Amino acid sequence: MPLDKTIKKVVVIGSGPIVIGQAAEFDYSGSQACKALKEEGVEIVLLNSNPATIQTDPTIADKIYIEPINLNSLEKIVQKEKPDGIIATMGGQTALNLAYEFGKKKLDKKYNCRFLGTGLKSIELAEDRGKFCEFLKKIGQPVLNSIAATTKEEAFEFAKDYPFPLILRPAYTLGGTGGGIAHNREEFEKLLELGFSLSPVHQVLIEENVLGWGEFEYEMVRDYADNCITICNMENIDPMGIHTGESVVVAPSQTLSDEEHQMLRTAAIKIIRGLNIVGGCNIQFAVNQETGQYVVVEVNPRLSRSSALASKATGYPIARVAAKLAIGYRLDEIKNMVTKTTPASFEPALDYVVVKIPRWPFDKMPYSNRTIGTQMKSTGEVMAIGRTFEQAFLKALSSLDQKLPNLSKEDIIFHMKTPTDYRFFAIFEGLKKGMSVKQITSITKINPWFIQKLKNIVKMEQTIKKFGLKKEVIKKAKKMGFSDSFIGKLCSKTEDEIRAFRKKYSILPTYKMVDTCAAEFQAKTPYYYSAYEEENESKPSSRKKIIVLGSGPIRIGQGIEFDYCCCHASYVLKEMGYESIIINNNPETISTDFDTSDKLYFEPLDFEHVMDVIELEKPEGVIVQFGGQTAINLAAELAKRGVKILGTSMESIDIAEDRELFRQFLNRLGLNQPKNATAISKEDALLKAEQIGYPIVVRPSYVIAGRGMQIVHDGQELEKYIDEAVEVSNNKPVLLDKYLEQALECEVDGISDGEEVWIANIMEHIERAGIHSGDASCVVPPVKLKKEVQEQIMQITTKMVKELKIIGAFNIQYIVKNDLVYVIELNPRGSRTMPFLSKALGIPIIKMATQLIVGKKLKELKLPEPTINYYAVKSVVFPFLKLPGADFILGPEMKSTGESMGIDKNFHIAYYKALLGANLKIPKKGTVAFSFKEGDKERCRPLAEKLLEMGFEIVATKGTAKYLEGLNIKVIKKISEGEPNIVSEIKNRKIDAVFNTPKKGGQPQTDGYAIRRAALEANILCITNFEAAEALVNAMYEIKDKELDVCDLKKYWANNKK
Amino acid sequence: MKKAVLVLADGTEIYAKGLGATTIKAGELVFNTSMTGYQEALTDPSYAGQILIMCYPLIGNYGINKKYVQSSRIWVEGFVVKWAEKKPSHYLSEENLHSYFLKNNVGCIYDLDTRKLVVKIREYGVMNAAYQIYEKEQKPDIQRLHKMVKELNYSNINFVPQVSTKKIQTIGQGNKKVVLLDYGAKEGIKTQLLKRKLKLVIMPYNSTAKEVLEQEPDGIVLSNGPGDPAILKKEIEQIKNLIGKVPIMGICLGNQLLGWAAGSKTYKLKFGHRGSNHPVLDKNLNRVLITTQNHGFALEQDSLPADWEVSHINLNDNTVEGIENKNKAAFAVQYHPEAQPGPHDSMYLFDKFVKML
Repeated sequence: MPLDKTIKKVVVIGSGPIVIGQAAEFDYSGSQACKALKEEGVEIVLLNSNPATIQTDPTIADKIYIEPINLNSLEKIVQKEKPDGIIATMGGQTALNLAYEFGKKKLDKKYNCRFLGTGLKSIELAEDRGKFCEFLKKIGQPVLNSIAATTKEEAFEFAKDYPFPLILRPAYTLGGTGGGIAHNREEFEKLLELGFSLSPVHQVLIEENVLGWGEFEYEMVRDYADNCITICNMENIDPMGIHTGESVVVAPSQTLSDEEHQMLRTAAIKIIRGLNIVGGCNIQFAVNQETGQYVVVEVNPRLSRSSALASKATGYPIARVAAKLAIGYRLDEIKNMVTKTTPASFEPALDYVVVKIPRWPFDKMPYSNRTIGTQMKSTGEVMAIGRTFEQAFLKALSSLDQKLPNLSKEDIIFHMKTPTDYRFFAIFEGLKKGMSVKQITSITKINPWFIQKLKNIVKMEQTIKKFGLKKEVIKKAKKMGFSDSFIGKLCSKTEDEIRAFRKKYSILPTYKMVDTCAAEFQAKTPYYYSAYEEENESKPSSRKKIIVLGSGPIRIGQGIEFDYCCCHASYVLKEMGYESIIINNNPETISTDFDTSDKLYFEPLDFEHVMDVIELEKPEGVIVQFGGQTAINLAAELAKRGVKILGTSMESIDIAEDRELFRQFLNRLGLNQPKNATAISKEDALLKAEQIGYPIVVRPSYVIAGRGMQIVHDGQELEKYIDEAVEVSNNKPVLLDKYLEQALECEVDGISDGEEVWIANIMEHIERAGIHSGDASCVVPPVKLKKEVQEQIMQITTKMVKELKIIGAFNIQYIVKNDLVYVIELNPRGSRTMPFLSKALGIPIIKMATQLIVGKKLKELKLPEPTINYYAVKSVVFPFLKLPGADFILGPEMKSTGESMGIDKNFHIAYYKALLGANLKIPKKGTVAFSFKEGDKERCRPLAEKLLEMGFEIVATKGTAKYLEGLNIKVIKKISEGEPNIVSEIKNRKIDAVFNTPKKGGQPQTDGYAIRRAALEANILCITNFEAAEALVNAMYEIKDKELDVCDLKKYWANNKK
Repeated sequence: MKKAVLVLADGTEIYAKGLGATTIKAGELVFNTSMTGYQEALTDPSYAGQILIMCYPLIGNYGINKKYVQSSRIWVEGFVVKWAEKKPSHYLSEENLHSYFLKNNVGCIYDLDTRKLVVKIREYGVMNAAYQIYEKEQKPDIQRLHKMVKELNYSNINFVPQVSTKKIQTIGQGNKKVVLLDYGAKEGIKTQLLKRKLKLVIMPYNSTAKEVLEQEPDGIVLSNGPGDPAILKKEIEQIKNLIGKVPIMGICLGNQLLGWAAGSKTYKLKFGHRGSNHPVLDKNLNRVLITTQNHGFALEQDSLPADWEVSHINLNDNTVEGIENKNKAAFAVQYHPEAQPGPHDSMYLFDKFVKML
């Protein structure tokens, strides 16, 4: 049975918005799988609420359902489409949970639509902790003593027999959400409560600890004929106790002997056979590296973040293969796409070392706790490849695009011991201060082999400091992965001087291929990494070529949207006959997939590594517009060396990005801007702020996602904050903007060829101005903006874009107050909203922009009028729950990790769907708590009336209740007024939704903070913005008892064209 | 710190760092893609006469111990790695590569672009090479190295006598008795046989069929071993007289010898199969096994007589990986079911053999 002919149409479930624990890796695996199925003539029906995904592109999916990923949507889709199968293993835990729910209700039987690949029984066996442990025991695999508790009593009973610390993991949650290590009864009880509330099945697994043991992962693939292979094994440098998503990971394993490796491999095969996996699977083991003993920790019966990493680390496209297996192929019937001659039924051999380092969002969450543990907090990751461990590790550090901390002596021990995201920097510092490998191992439990390698790096630093620029020293340093800028710092030279020195002595990088087979066979897929070796394998072709710079790790403000843009640019370049070359370092992405570009360099996105590739490839030019701020920030450096930046000129980029230049530009054009000034020092800022008048928005230049932006209300606040702003801005001017209160914000995306301008549409924010555009919900077409104002915005846009001679994509943000249009900022690049807008309109904006960038004219593209006769709403998801301590509060600095889209003929329904798509739990009945700030209290009455009419009960804090007099509501106490109060009631599950708008926010000691955290942890709806609450209540009112329907995007688009 | 130079048959001279014995040696240059199991490889007698390149760049991470050896000493003629770890980390580790090579009087060349070498071998095939490990202040004898490379004729050297046992040894307890004809048997093979409660009689490579049958064995295992099977004419003659008398299992060289004895021939592969990731299809089971391989020769499929069938094939290049007699109890595989290093997918072959006894 090479291919199951009965499978003609399948539903693929995506993973929804990017959240901590579920990032771009599922679009990567999902898209790869869809392509593999399409090759076989299978029709693809896609369900995902995330518009910024390649899998929801019409080139991949035949039917596109941008709908909330829930049972209702799936059932409706299955009813409509009558598919032969469902693939649920490509969309992370989200898809798996939905499939599980679907199967539990026996809907797969009802609609005669089976799960392809790994079946439901296997999923249940792997996911239900209790059953899983039993299963392992049955097949003779060692497992930790544990209990799947559903009551506190059970849990405490277990804690009697096993000593603290104990590990708690809520069942069926993502990225270990709500899990942790309890060192004592208090912590135990706290984690239990949290775990029960977060687990959809009210179950918490409690297990004895093997803290400090080595953690190893095996990426396995199995076919229906029982052929099993290991794609890759990976070693977590961080020992047990730290989530694998939070660990620095190396592939292949470094400290396991062959005997141990085979022991785990054999165990892994037993497990996937026992589970009857068909497709990919990730198995985690803990190994006591003092005795060789092991236990099975966890199994993910699906593709995962680790499988994405393993795919990129080995060159083996796991998702592609898993998809083929799901429709009935055997492993030996599938070709290895890299060699094109050998079969996929082999195990990749590496001749390099891969290091992955997570990227954390702590820089954007001032009050969150930097501790890392069993719960994921990182938003993304970088990967680097080298011929030595040191090289791979240092390249990964360069890829992080992050400032290194200054650590005091006490800090060093603290960060190692706790541990925090700074632990590796602390280890470096410790080694520099003379700590021994042994000492550090005893504190961190990290295998001494790794510490020794870090020590080699520290020793090299000292050698460079001592000998300075000596050919042999620098050669050795480069082999170890020292960047030019790092070497420069060590011997007080500039990066340029080091580069010149290297060239003088021909110390140049070579590029080696990632080929799945350690050079045993000739590979056809051009995937390279740099190494300071003898032979260069990357031979530039004589074709016309263009380099697209990627955006690096997923972080707040620079998410999957930019990778989406890079992919589209690359696709179009290929279509237009260019050789497209991508440089990027994010293993989760599609831009780093083997067939997205003609040539891929897996390298840090810093000047040195990018310039090295440019010098080798000699491209026509470089596209920086789609790699977010990371790529834009490289543009100036590259341009200075004569590299052609394609599209918008460097001068125009400067005018748009530099606050002072932009201010002058607007003045010249006679355009409005909120009253503002630029400042470069504290004194300057305070003086100018007085002149403008508070409140003021402070904005640094050249930053990602409003990094360091804040609204300040008086001189005191400004004083406190200005130093940080200046620092973030890298001593470029800081802009002080008059904050326009109660104003409407909107933004425009478009493209231009330098002469003509095409505006894709105006997106109107739901929340009032003052919230970062990345955090605001928005709707297209506008709902509140008057027609005349819209016209005005179009005119201003055209004027500015023409004046700047923008070539390619742009995004402009406006504030409208009293029908007056103020310009906030202009981004001369691909924007976060372009994928959303492309999906909403059915027009691939980035592909069009790319064609303009390489010289086509707008006229030639024959773009239609961007009309839209329905509503598309973008909503966002926030990571607050996963970052203990962080306040749920929105401002000019972006905090959200991902976005969803809702689409419908009715605005309210579109909004409602977008919220569901963003994983919000919207109650249909129950109690809503009101606690509004001044300015919101006065206008909350209509909300209360509507909710009451729908049958909700309302409780309100005293201040708010004053404005609800006469309505049938209850007053609830504040914390200081004793119990029961709003927080205790939330904890006791008496409240189903909270509307709380914070005064200034960001201060952990306030009542509001406690209310919001309590709501988060109780896993109930929490809205912290008045307009959002208003829109939500309107939407709820509109829906009431209506059932939500689903619709293929292509139908909406077809409607537009009429 | 020692230095090293490696001279290849195509005239290339590569200078790098050296460790282990200050020595000058020649051998056939081959590569292995296994990422773990360097100690098992070093001590595998099948590598006699060969200089081994490890494709994986970091070798020696978990040190050297007594448990993983496949024989009493290092058998490779030389070792080429990107990096040889000086500070291993493992609870079983007793020493590092540096002291191990010194003790065994073998040299290791490191800190060079090993991938470049591998690509070269892939393109041009295995080739002769010679190396010298010398002290920093010394000068290498380049002329001599070139001469050694030219004079070496790997296929004409019979390495088996030096790796085989000199006298008959009996180990293990069991109701069944198996003769292991030792052409350079790895410890792993013995371990697997002993695990199955067999009495094992290990006999020298040049034992005659008569001598073997005098032991009244219930079965015979033809072991792995080094070199070109074509020159082992006498051994092949003896095996001819054993087929059909008692059940036979062949491994690696044992497979080639059984093939020759059956009437087939071997030929030299361009760059051999050495690694732990080779997909092999067991045609009877219709299942893919990931296997450990270490061979430079393969059996011809076409010259295999009609009463034999190809039971296993390599899915990378469709070469013969196993043969089986249709009527008599005799089978063999070209790869290493005993693993060490490598996957345990093929252990069932030992069970199959035991069932035949």
